[in-house]
Amino acid sequence: MTDLTNLTLTEALDGLSQKKFSAVELTKAYIAKMEANRKLNAYVLETPEKALEIAQTADKNYQNGTNRALEGIPLGIKDLFCTKGIRTTACSRIIDNFVPPYESTVTQKLLDAGASFLGKLNLDEFAMGGSNETSHFGAVINPWSKQTPLVAGGSSGGSAAAVAAKMCAAATGTDTGGSIRQPAAFCGITGIKPTYGRCSRYGIVAFASSLDQAGPMGKNVRDCAKLLTVMSGFDKKDSTSANRAVPDFEKVLGLGVKGLKIGIPAEYRPDGLNQEISKAWDNAAQILKENGAEIVPISLPHTKYALPVYYIIAPAEASSNLARYDGVRYGERVEGEHLNDLYVNTRTAGFGKEVKRRIMIGTYVLSAGYYDAYYLKAQKVRRLIKQDFEESFKKCDLILTPTSPVEAFPIGDKTMQENPINMYLNDVFTVSVNLAGLPALSLPAGLSANELPLGMQLIGRAFDEETIFKAAQTLEENIGFKGI
Amino acid sequence: MAVDDQTVREIAELAHLKIDEGKLSETKEEFNKILAWVEQLNEVNTENIEPLSSVHETALICRPDEVTDGNLKEAVLQNAPATEFGYFTVPKVVE
Repeated sequence: MTDLTNLTLTEALDGLSQKKFSAVELTKAYIAKMEANRKLNAYVLETPEKALEIAQTADKNYQNGTNRALEGIPLGIKDLFCTKGIRTTACSRIIDNFVPPYESTVTQKLLDAGASFLGKLNLDEFAMGGSNETSHFGAVINPWSKQTPLVAGGSSGGSAAAVAAKMCAAATGTDTGGSIRQPAAFCGITGIKPTYGRCSRYGIVAFASSLDQAGPMGKNVRDCAKLLTVMSGFDKKDSTSANRAVPDFEKVLGLGVKGLKIGIPAEYRPDGLNQEISKAWDNAAQILKENGAEIVPISLPHTKYALPVYYIIAPAEASSNLARYDGVRYGERVEGEHLNDLYVNTRTAGFGKEVKRRIMIGTYVLSAGYYDAYYLKAQKVRRLIKQDFEESFKKCDLILTPTSPVEAFPIGDKTMQENPINMYLNDVFTVSVNLAGLPALSLPAGLSANELPLGMQLIGRAFDEETIFKAAQTLEENIGFKGI
Repeated sequence: MAVDDQTVREIAELAHLKIDEGKLSETKEEFNKILAWVEQLNEVNTENIEPLSSVHETALICRPDEVTDGNLKEAVLQNAPATEFGYFTVPKVVE
């Protein structure tokens, strides 16, 4: 039999329906890949027995004709989603022994659709990072690496690497400033951050609540559309969940881009933008044009301020969200003579360097005397960034940009390590979208001279993921990217 | 606005974190680099611009105040580092 892990999620579902192979066989094939690729450090916890148990139920359901939307599909879950009875750590020492007594809404929806979970995937500690190097479990190795081990991107680095190396049929990710899209770009896979409010945040370990969104990461556009349809929907357990109907995102695939207006923002082509990335961008625009779309130049004038805004707002929200880790009710505890010592000792030992840095920044910008100068100022500029997009979407239906200004870089890269701002700058093309709450997808757009994947980003209007999927499908068909 | 050693100590205290005195100046420098970088926001004219705290500008959705579960004491306590008689325990707070 051919290797079942080479099939896309959609092809695997077809094969299962036609009884060409069983869910147990499919699951075993992925478990073998998961075990063979342990050196990538993509999984921080493997749960093959649970996956096989679900696969057996799935096979019965196929026999009975009661199979559901994702029946028997083995997925990988970012270790930021609470999974009932399965250790969930956010890749932080401070909760490295936490076993949730409840299931996140998104993972519950996936289970209800018949999917199984092969295990929990590595990420930057509390999703704070762009290279997966801040994880308590160590960095993930990009499966595209040759001699030098390269980063998989972050924060959903484990998810991206696992999908690229076929260690799961698809994975969940979360995206606060680019954490689905950038690793997807680095690993040559597809991922979408939906509109803020589309997927419930209930049961996802919180980083920056006004920016966090869950989304799928998969082998292609169709797989992502299929997964997002299952993952989305109103949830009364999340007060910011959007109470609106979820379309079947797969239905729009193949409708093409004829008549669509595609905006190209001038500010995303700074002097010195990597030539190969620039070329891939032009090529993608050309493809859309040849397929009947119209290319329109647009301007997002506040783009250069998005990162400074993000690095005030996200740490501010994080410092508040992470106040709960005090060593009292769950997680690590480092004893102290007095209660306050217990808090301080626990937090000092439990959080890593980058997380502490962000808690400190967040605490400072929210403190009396500095609140107006930093936090309030950032919130005002955030509105201007959102307004830039609103203006642009009067002239176009979608915005096309590169996902990242760089390709995957070596683990431990000196420039990135010596100054945190250098690492922050990698998110320059992705953060604005989170600040504005918009949906955006990254798909592979070709290879660099170093034979590393380059990603292209499509940004849509709020709650218009369908137009993104249409154009992404056209790009995917014409680019013909080959994975590993 | 650059911070000094004392401010770094105070922020750490507010955040319930301890910084080794030996690491203080390194932390301060890193902190000041980030502050100097975010201060480019001062170039932007934000007069008459309302702050945006969430893209959800409508009021948060309220749900009826109903009991939906209960009797979960074990589940609630199962991850606690220390418990006694069905309670979380901490060092003595009141003398």
